[in-house]
Amino acid sequence: MKGTDLAARLRNRFPDTQEFRGEVTVTVQPHDLTEALSYLRDEPDLSFRFLSDVTASDWPELVPRFWLAYHLLSIEHTHRVRVKTGLPPDPDPPHVASVVGAYPTADWIEREVFDFFGVVFDGHPDLRRIEMPEGWVGHPLRKDHPLSGVNTQYKGAFIPPPDQRGL
Amino acid sequence: MASTAQETMIINMGPQHPSTHGVLRLVLELDGEYVVSCRPVIGYLHTGIEKNTEYRTWQQGVTFVTRADYLSPFFNELGYCLAVERLLGIEAPPRAQIIRVMVCELNRIASHLLWLATTGLELGAISIMLYGWREREEILRIFEMVTGLRMNHAYIRVGGLSMDLPDGAIDKVWDFLELMPGRIAEYEELLTDNPIWRQRTVGIGVMSTEDLLALGVTGPVLRASGLARDLRKDEPYAGYETYRFTVPTRTESDCFARYQVRLEEMHQSLGIVAQCLERLEEPGPVMIEDPKLRWPAHLEVGPDGIGNSMGYVKHIMEDSMEALINHFKIVTQGFKVPAGEVYQPVESPRGELGYYVVSNGTNRPYRVHIRGPSFVNLQAVPAMIRGGLVADVIASVASLDPVMGDADR
Repeated sequence: MKGTDLAARLRNRFPDTQEFRGEVTVTVQPHDLTEALSYLRDEPDLSFRFLSDVTASDWPELVPRFWLAYHLLSIEHTHRVRVKTGLPPDPDPPHVASVVGAYPTADWIEREVFDFFGVVFDGHPDLRRIEMPEGWVGHPLRKDHPLSGVNTQYKGAFIPPPDQRGL
Repeated sequence: MASTAQETMIINMGPQHPSTHGVLRLVLELDGEYVVSCRPVIGYLHTGIEKNTEYRTWQQGVTFVTRADYLSPFFNELGYCLAVERLLGIEAPPRAQIIRVMVCELNRIASHLLWLATTGLELGAISIMLYGWREREEILRIFEMVTGLRMNHAYIRVGGLSMDLPDGAIDKVWDFLELMPGRIAEYEELLTDNPIWRQRTVGIGVMSTEDLLALGVTGPVLRASGLARDLRKDEPYAGYETYRFTVPTRTESDCFARYQVRLEEMHQSLGIVAQCLERLEEPGPVMIEDPKLRWPAHLEVGPDGIGNSMGYVKHIMEDSMEALINHFKIVTQGFKVPAGEVYQPVESPRGELGYYVVSNGTNRPYRVHIRGPSFVNLQAVPAMIRGGLVADVIASVASLDPVMGDADR
């Protein structure tokens, strides 16, 4: 199933199903996430058994603030779907259920989202930073984390981030 | 130290170890020569590419993503540009798409050659290292001639290419296509029936298709387990559906099968490049026409490298005030991209390279996420080497062909 057909099929189960540029996006509530993913995986005509990617984006002015995007793929049917769920700014850090049990590949990918956005995946077997050093303070891909603006060790020089260089 | 036979030893392999393909650290728990468990540690090459793109214009993003997987830069550029083009609702002109496919396939050969060279080196086949490097150099010379740079080209741009092929490039690629099949035959002669090479690779690092899929592994490693999964066939982009090629597979799913798949893929890529060259006889634009989107500057490769075309500089400085205004507007502010999000996967030499690009309607990306195949594939290392010999760790890790720039971004 491609684009429109897939969106029509999914709308029966997920009322908030959008299609944009040929891609289907399903938005669910965080507490429905695990069930939604199981449904997408187990229905024979959907069989989204391959988890390509999990990532997030940060929208500080919005509620919910953190939007997780799960990119699922069915290798048999060669179709894809994106499952999105929004996490509120409060409590910080936000919590969501881990999907490592269903998709072992999510192990490192969820660690990366935790590292970059501070989203805590409940039930993850080993939730530690993966890219940033262990002692890093903050979550660098949040919008309120500065790009650079750190002091260098060269004669105390300071290099502002590119949006503050007045170029 | 060990007082009883049950005690194990923890050893760090890397991050500074020539056979870990860059800065990969493996914390190995060993029982004598056998691996009890392994914990890969990454992040040593994290450079914040995703964060950086949020502070630059859409077109500038190309120069960042090309540095992620530095051994296959064209695939990064292509994935990113296709994603942005889909958000914009535009398509690059046909000639640009053909050249994109051509440089990508040459890049795939270069990447596999580098894999062959370094893997040979790591497993003790020193001569293949020199051969692999030699032919890769031929490809890098073509890239230098076409784009001005040997790597990090930023040649594929949103809307097309930075410039058309220079005179003589097509002949040079034809020469390479004539040279290469004989050279691949040489590699096979050196390695395929070489008893030491076979002992180091046959039956090593075996994983079932189910396990590979569960761990998200894609690319030649998955195809060596018997699944003919290739995004160029399954979800074609950039016109791949119009090229004739096959997807090589093996069923043994060991390091030797991965070697065979990669060699066969080089042959297939040569075939695709030949088809590209035939199609390139027709001239045509390599950038979209829309002045509100197209990169205005005309570049040329001169004797001292890439630079602005003198004809274009004269045009904006002397002939047309509008052209000058347009140039500055597009170069400094860029263009706006409609709000939305897309996920664009491309088949890189290492597997599914995905670009998740989010726009909020401004002249900068709101979020760019790179699904690096090296990052995901590296998760398979502990499962692949558990219970095996320490020496086989090298073969297994090498067979995944990880590039740390791609894993850490």
